[in-house]
Amino acid sequence: MKAGHGEVLVAEGDVEVPEQEQELIAAFRAQLDQGMWAAVPLRDRQGRREAELVRSFEEIPRDAERVIFFPRASGGS
Amino acid sequence: MWLIYGAAVIVAGVLAARFAPAKIGASLSARRDVRRRGDEVERYDPGRERRAEQRARALLRSCVNPDEWAMYSELGFIRVWGQAATPASDALPRRESDPPYAYLIYPHKPIVAYVPQTSRLLSEYCVEFGDLERPYGSDRLPPSDDVLAKWLALTADEHRLITTANMHLAGRQIDPARVRRDLARLGIWDREQLGRAQRVGSVSEL
Repeated sequence: MKAGHGEVLVAEGDVEVPEQEQELIAAFRAQLDQGMWAAVPLRDRQGRREAELVRSFEEIPRDAERVIFFPRASGGS
Repeated sequence: MWLIYGAAVIVAGVLAARFAPAKIGASLSARRDVRRRGDEVERYDPGRERRAEQRARALLRSCVNPDEWAMYSELGFIRVWGQAATPASDALPRRESDPPYAYLIYPHKPIVAYVPQTSRLLSEYCVEFGDLERPYGSDRLPPSDDVLAKWLALTADEHRLITTANMHLAGRQIDPARVRRDLARLGIWDREQLGRAQRVGSVSEL
């Protein structure tokens, strides 16, 4: 998500393809370096949708379909 | 296949202009004013925010639960149960198993915590998801992206979000009367949803 713009596709690839995985890792790190939070949409045991915040590429479930980056939260007024 | 959504890595085009020395002629300054207004006209795209919001709504819909999307579409906010005790399997309230607290997520407004059983308002959590590229873009996410960011953060790590937010007594920013009206609307909406679910259930039993 990008302020004023909405979602922007940052990278796309298959983690089973080594070159594409490296590109995904680089894109992931670049986003976190910019201070973004990364969330993976998931389903719980009852099938309800929820999310998981991830801090490293290794934490992303291998079967995840997407990772959503959004600006880090800060206390508002 | 993974898709990674987020902020663009490259900011295209920097339009910042540096204005001149202290002493400038009136005509020059007037021309600059015109040019500055012209820049603003060029930069202002009346459809950009609308398109951004449309994309944000589509992304929100793809992430939240169908009942939460319906709630947002019809009521303008999303209820998220407190993680301390989540009801068994669905979003519809069952008084005996209601968790002790829940949140209302509004776009670009504080998150409101309340007690579902009594509708008592607990507090407001003020949180922002600021623009890291300021000042080249709008400093706010589209409304539905703001809702999604809160939903992602709340469902993923409620404690982290709540400890990050500034907590205030209920009523500081959002009129408590409005929240109570929203809770009343939510109660009606819940009953309608429950009625629909029961009707579907009884039809499928036939």
